[in-house]
Amino acid sequence: MLLDLFKTFFKVGAFTIGGGYAMIPIIQEEIVDKKKWVNEEDFMDIIAISQGSPGPIAVNVSIFVGYRLMGIKGALTCMLGTILPSFLIILLVATVFFQFRNNPIISKGFMGIRPAVVALIASAVYKMAKKSDLNSIKLLIAIATTLIIVFTNISPIYLIIVAGLFAILYYNRKDKKGES
Amino acid sequence: MTNLIKLFLSFFKIGAFSFGGGYAMLPLMKEIVIDQHHWLVNSEFIDILAVSEMTPGPIAINMATFLGYRVGGIAGSIVATTAVVLPSFIIMSLIFHFVNKFKDSPLSDYFFRGIRPVVLGLIASAAVSVAMDAYIDIKAVIISIALFYFITFKNLKAIPAIIIAGIAGVIVY
Repeated sequence: MLLDLFKTFFKVGAFTIGGGYAMIPIIQEEIVDKKKWVNEEDFMDIIAISQGSPGPIAVNVSIFVGYRLMGIKGALTCMLGTILPSFLIILLVATVFFQFRNNPIISKGFMGIRPAVVALIASAVYKMAKKSDLNSIKLLIAIATTLIIVFTNISPIYLIIVAGLFAILYYNRKDKKGES
Repeated sequence: MTNLIKLFLSFFKIGAFSFGGGYAMLPLMKEIVIDQHHWLVNSEFIDILAVSEMTPGPIAINMATFLGYRVGGIAGSIVATTAVVLPSFIIMSLIFHFVNKFKDSPLSDYFFRGIRPVVLGLIASAAVSVAMDAYIDIKAVIISIALFYFITFKNLKAIPAIIIAGIAGVIVY
């Protein structure tokens, strides 16, 4: 069983490109549809918990599924399975990368690739902004965050903590008002 | 040795405060590895990010392994990768053992709702700061805008986009 867990998550880690969110449907296909280790409803709960916690979402999901199935041994096995392909592939790429990065043709290629990275991130911002129902306050917070990060030395950690605590106070009061 | 300890602490912090996926983590990662420790320069950071998008797996893991290798070789990559997933492991363990309490409490829901606009802003700031280094001339801006259009509206995937941009770079520069 442990070996099976490892192989499944290793496969997911090795064959999904495009970051953690791209891995979720593949994990679902493997463990819900094929292996039936977790049912659909529980899987949705696991996704919600993983999204609401810090860290890479695919790693969080694999740890939680591992716990569910085989306790701490399962959690460690699934986590290793998920990160090992990344780790090994990057290690291979990194050894070559630092040798060839200063090659004139490669470095010209990267001059074209850097603007593409901007396009990829900007596209993610566009899609995320479109999906979330942004009212004027939320939009203002998002823009203020961008300006603070770009133009000051204030750490993103403080912004997350302040926004989170403020939201807890705000929604708590709002909910209590709604009850009375 | 001190570098490995610094790597561990840095990536533990990055893992603990990365909400909202790989891109949202970039400003903190940049602050720590470039502004604080000067382990590499901006352009190198962006190139590593580009490679991390083209290889399988979560971007946070790819970046941690890559940057760890850059700073401390194979030992560095092991330390950084372990450190970046350790907070996940600790937090998921806690949630697993106290899952009912967590679910009953609306506080985590409030917290997450509150930080969502901040996460959006963090990702936008990552785009801005990469642009400040990537937009070296008008040609770069044109490549970027054209690719933004195809990625956003024509469903162009990351790998072909990066390959096309690389070829364009070789041709125009």
